[in-house]
Amino acid sequence: MKRVKQLIATPLGSVSVAVITLYVLMAIFAPLIAPYGPEATSLGQRLQPPSAQHWFGTDSLGRDILSRTIYGARVSLLIGVVTVAITATFGTVLGALGGYYRGAFDAVVGRFTELLLAFPYLIFAIGMMAFLGPGFANLVMALSLKGWVEFYRLARGQTLDQAEREYVEASRALGQRHSRTLFREVIPNILPATVVLGTLRVGYFMVLEASLSFLGVGIPPNIPAWGSMISDGRGVLFIAWWVSTIPGIALLILVLAINLLGERLQEIYDPRSKSRQRFRRVNRSKAATVTSTTEEAA
Amino acid sequence: MRLTKLLERVLSAIPVAIGVAVLAFMFLRFLPGDPVEIMLGETQVTQQQIDSLRNQLNLDKPLITQLALFLAGVLRGDLGVSFVKNAPVVKLIADTLPATIELTMATVLVAILIALPVGIISALRAGSIVDRSVLSGALVGVSMPAFWFGLLLILLFAVELKLFPTSGRIAATMVVDRTTGFMLIDTLLAKDLRAFGVALKHLVLPAITLGVVFAAVLARVIRASMLEVLSKDFVTTARAKGLREWSVIIKHALRNALIPALTVTGLQFGELLGGNMIVETIFAWPGLGRLVVSSIFARDYVVVQAAVMLYALTYVAANLVVDALYTLLNPRISL
Repeated sequence: MKRVKQLIATPLGSVSVAVITLYVLMAIFAPLIAPYGPEATSLGQRLQPPSAQHWFGTDSLGRDILSRTIYGARVSLLIGVVTVAITATFGTVLGALGGYYRGAFDAVVGRFTELLLAFPYLIFAIGMMAFLGPGFANLVMALSLKGWVEFYRLARGQTLDQAEREYVEASRALGQRHSRTLFREVIPNILPATVVLGTLRVGYFMVLEASLSFLGVGIPPNIPAWGSMISDGRGVLFIAWWVSTIPGIALLILVLAINLLGERLQEIYDPRSKSRQRFRRVNRSKAATVTSTTEEAA
Repeated sequence: MRLTKLLERVLSAIPVAIGVAVLAFMFLRFLPGDPVEIMLGETQVTQQQIDSLRNQLNLDKPLITQLALFLAGVLRGDLGVSFVKNAPVVKLIADTLPATIELTMATVLVAILIALPVGIISALRAGSIVDRSVLSGALVGVSMPAFWFGLLLILLFAVELKLFPTSGRIAATMVVDRTTGFMLIDTLLAKDLRAFGVALKHLVLPAITLGVVFAAVLARVIRASMLEVLSKDFVTTARAKGLREWSVIIKHALRNALIPALTVTGLQFGELLGGNMIVETIFAWPGLGRLVVSSIFARDYVVVQAAVMLYALTYVAANLVVDALYTLLNPRISL
């Protein structure tokens, strides 16, 4: 509860929470909110500009863009959240194990992640999807296969740092087993950083999903997704600007809100970045002396 | 001393490069399904054709032999033959690579031109309205899907204002002799200034699309590291010496602040290459990215494998260059 209060303590924090909540509600209650069915075509109503009847216009099959945009939130949110849940769990556990026990296993995984990092994400995902075929599960798999690496690196680095701390030594001195020390003591301490990264990655995966759907290798075409809607509008860009523009704005606002939330969480969990934020508002020369002393103190 | 360190760093990249080649090879082989069947897709083929394709791609041999043949080929500069385009992969890549390099260089130029002044001013005026708008703008840039931004630019500058062309590298009616493959250089070599202008116009929208997105990331980093550096003692010393403010900022602060920016550039290089693919597809830019995307859809296994490897090797090389530049910028850092 305290965290939530902190979260919405700043205007940007509360706005981002409100926007995300709105999108989640929109996704859950899509059938109740959407004025038309997402797949309801009406050939007489093709490429209608925004009007009172169709607030955001219609696409080249006469489908209502507002309704499709509302339904599209489902795919984006689901892909973002599910992929982060999988990659964060896997990457964090593996990273914490590697950072805590080190040894040969850690070295092998470390080398492997270096290799994975060398492959541009989009190419990796497009390549996989082209051969796996469009689909929700395939998409989550293609994104997850590489997506855990960032969580792994973060968790490993944090664990290496935590393992030096006194509380770990104390836990061991009290006779706790290594596994208990790791899972009960160390991992809870590295979670805040993981939560921050996880939040930012939700937005990142959404953009990736949209890119893949845009290329036609993401979500199957019969499910409304913002990426494929933007792609639908590409062919009619010269005559109907709204078809591509609207779903892109919907995606942009959501990702923006998620990124703002991530930054706000970072300020809360990492007091150093928060104090820096505050000092930025102070006069430059003063800030210089203040930050340098606090940094020395820290 | 620094030279040996540099050499060590280069040598350490070799196993990574080999690993990357192996992974690129494994990449498609681990996926379910028979690659030959996937490649041939729905088309009606005889068993004989399947066998011959399998033989041509060495898929009838044990995996380890295939890998050895692939790696040996890579060392010889032979990446196989595209069965869709019926041309050596090396030639396909050589044909498209200059276009991609040209676009990437233009992108980085746009990004630096935006991010450097914006990041510095934002750091100098930290907390001001200018700074806050820069931060908000950068966050929008980071959150924005590049391909959608590209479409918006087309909408604004090509459809409405009719200022820039939206596809290809040069007007379809213009013929430019290919010497280097870099359109801007080739048009100059041909002493065709009109074609040069047209080529430049073609470059504008794709370069801005990618450059703005990249600038958003870069500006945030430059701002943050400038802010950090400006509070350091040596900056105060430089000011106390009575140096002019711009000299303090440019010579003393910026030089040090650029180091994190460089790291980000290196790490972002993969994103940049990935973004390239989608932007090249939108703007029909005949580069490597478009070749990869079209090869993926044509299920042209051999090209995809080679291009994926090339991209990954480029990433490894880019980070190597970044590490080397590190030492140049800051002698205190040894590799």
